[in-house]
Amino acid sequence: MTERYVLAVDQGTTSTRSIVFDRAGRLVAVRQREHRQHFPRPGWVEHDPEEIWANTQLTAAQALRDVAGAPGQVVALGIANQRETTVVWDRATGRPLVRALVWQDTRTGPLVEELAARPEAALVRERTGLELAGYFAGPRLRWVLDAVPGARARAERGELLFGTMESWLVWNLTGGTDGGVHVTDVTNASRTLLMDVRRCRWDPDLLDFFGVPAAMLPEIRPSVGVLGTASALPVPLPIGGALGDQQAALFGQTCFAPGEAKCTYGTGSFLLQNTGTDLVRSRHGLISTVAYQLAGEPVHYALEGSIAVTGALVQWLRDSLGLIGSAAEVETLARTVSDNGGCYIVPAFSGLLAPHWEGRARGLVAGLTSYVTKGHLARAVLEATGWQTRDVVRAMDADSGLPMEALRVDGGMTTNNLLMQFLADVLGSPVVRPMVGETVSLGAAYAAGLAVGVWSDTGALRRNWHRSAQWVPDPGRVAALDAAYPEWERAVQLSIAWGERR
Amino acid sequence: MPGTVQSIERAATLLHAIVESGGQMGVTELAAAVGLPKTTTHGLLRTLLAVGFVEQDPRTGRYALGAGLLGLGSHYLDANELRSRASNWADSLAARSGFAVRLGTPAGLQVVVVHHVFRPDDSPQELEVGSVLPAHATAVGKVLLASRPALARALADARLEALTPRTVVEPAALLAELQTARARGWAEQRGEYRLGVGGIAAPVHGPGGLVVGALGVSGPAEELFAEGARPALRTMVVEAAAAVSRELLA
Ligand SMILES: Nc1ncnc2c1ncn2[C@@H]1O[C@H](COP(=O)(O)OP(=O)(O)O)[C@@H](O)[C@H]1O
Ligand SMILES: [Mg+2]
Repeated sequence: MTERYVLAVDQGTTSTRSIVFDRAGRLVAVRQREHRQHFPRPGWVEHDPEEIWANTQLTAAQALRDVAGAPGQVVALGIANQRETTVVWDRATGRPLVRALVWQDTRTGPLVEELAARPEAALVRERTGLELAGYFAGPRLRWVLDAVPGARARAERGELLFGTMESWLVWNLTGGTDGGVHVTDVTNASRTLLMDVRRCRWDPDLLDFFGVPAAMLPEIRPSVGVLGTASALPVPLPIGGALGDQQAALFGQTCFAPGEAKCTYGTGSFLLQNTGTDLVRSRHGLISTVAYQLAGEPVHYALEGSIAVTGALVQWLRDSLGLIGSAAEVETLARTVSDNGGCYIVPAFSGLLAPHWEGRARGLVAGLTSYVTKGHLARAVLEATGWQTRDVVRAMDADSGLPMEALRVDGGMTTNNLLMQFLADVLGSPVVRPMVGETVSLGAAYAAGLAVGVWSDTGALRRNWHRSAQWVPDPGRVAALDAAYPEWERAVQLSIAWGERR
Repeated sequence: MPGTVQSIERAATLLHAIVESGGQMGVTELAAAVGLPKTTTHGLLRTLLAVGFVEQDPRTGRYALGAGLLGLGSHYLDANELRSRASNWADSLAARSGFAVRLGTPAGLQVVVVHHVFRPDDSPQELEVGSVLPAHATAVGKVLLASRPALARALADARLEALTPRTVVEPAALLAELQTARARGWAEQRGEYRLGVGGIAAPVHGPGGLVVGALGVSGPAEELFAEGARPALRTMVVEAAAAVSRELLA
């Protein structure tokens, strides 16, 4: 039998990657391009949707050319995307109304506080499984409708379209102004605060609450199932699936059974645990979200611990402080010292998400003395990722009643050995990395391949999963870090208190 | 090697010694590291200083690589950066070959493992990142030695440890093998480090063309060198190493 390949596009926060996988789930081509981060004001983070669309076309064409010996053997396209990032565009011209409001953007803080004070606000948590927070897409959409003159009226007339990144890409891939399909997948829709998480439909009460016209919303589709034909690629391909990047990673890690969990370490980090077809509500500060849905099957849910800033703190060390030349060099710098020198960094750049949900919290560096060097700062930067993981793992253990046996990890930060060992020590459990570090892309490829029959079922995918590395906790370090945990918790409380004084 | 200029070769050896120390070295240390008299070493360093290839710390008097080298297009490559760039292709090589993968960087006559991907069979394995291997007995080591003729010649005086009965300890035999490895672009090892465990490796080139690392597979020699398996494996290894080299250009 001739080999068949699947193309995945991972439209991430820092870059867009196009990756081709074979039937054994092995990477055969990868092309990547970073896009510009716009910070027009403090707390504002924007991306140019047209730049991202151009990068998608470019990297996809390059990756397809890399496997050009096999025309016709690439049989489907899957999409994974940065979640909650909000695009509004003109149906007639295809031009974005404003730049995309990125998931890290905090401009909707005051709007959300205003909405939260309303008597109907309790409805939001109940219907969506989420917190009423500026992190999600709905408030951003509302902000655009308020900020751009005439936008609301045009949206009501159906002239403007809303979507998260996968919607924007699918619409363009399927023809744009010339018959583009306006759809979203159910995992992305579950991050808007506009969808009823049980019925998986746009909820009229929520649309009223946020003041969003139904006419501009995409149709909600399963994550696995053909959405249309990507006619804008050099080789037209069926788009077999789309998922939010974190759900894609859960899928790529083949966490198909209830209780199975993974954490993905990128710009932010996200712990997701499959809870099966039951929607489980957290009592410890996690959110309930859609994990995935295969066409014609019931929705699978997940509990999620969202951490906004992990890799982004490394980027800050590189771009804002200039202490390192590349993200990976943080490990070299951190290894110039043997501990954090008493220093803790709470990276609450845009408030704190799970398990605290403190939109006003702001970042701090605690424990500074003249003894602290840039090496200690680098350690504290990496440790912040470990401590924050401990916070969400503890919440998840409490919710499920079962301590996690081993943590499955993936994402850009997992090539950092110092960090991975710190994680094992701070959690007191082994940390396991799969053979495909690009698990987000793999999950999107799996979704698309399932839709067109490259794989028969999820069982076939499980057999592709192999361990590529494992970090085992060191008992001495585990005890020392247990003893230090209250220090971290105190630093977190200080960062929350700092925000409250504003 | 006929027709080489001794002082240039020595200067290159000094630069390698500074790189491999990971930072700064004093003149006494350097002289010891390259096996030259201190006065000779000092003379060489003065010239390197003059052309900007080394810099001297005014406080400590110690030497580091100079900014003049940056312009040559092949500046010092951070080992963690190398791992980060190599990761996707190392994963893919392990998955496709079915063998464990290691990425090594040079440290004198030894190799530092900067990346390790388990054999994809989910058997218990331990991460070996940071461990040090003897260059003369491993495939990754041979690739690195082959890329540094000055170092390779230092082998002639070194006592090569026989780690197994198959270890090549005769300098002339090893040098001949290194020359072949360099010419064909890959090296192998058949039970020379641990009996029954073999390896195949190929060079990873930095942006300036210098060999900055070696990427290789290792596993049971009878599987690795099974009839018919070797050419396909070799191609996979060479292609993966070339893919990492391309990644370093980006
Ligand atoms: N070796 C490393 N050590 C620490 N952080 C790293 C390392 N390599 C990459 N990162 C961080 O990981 C992030 C990129 O990972 P990626 O999975 O591509 O993220 P995203 O999908 O959010 O764009 C960046 O924030 C970068 O700072
Ligand atoms: Mg990502």
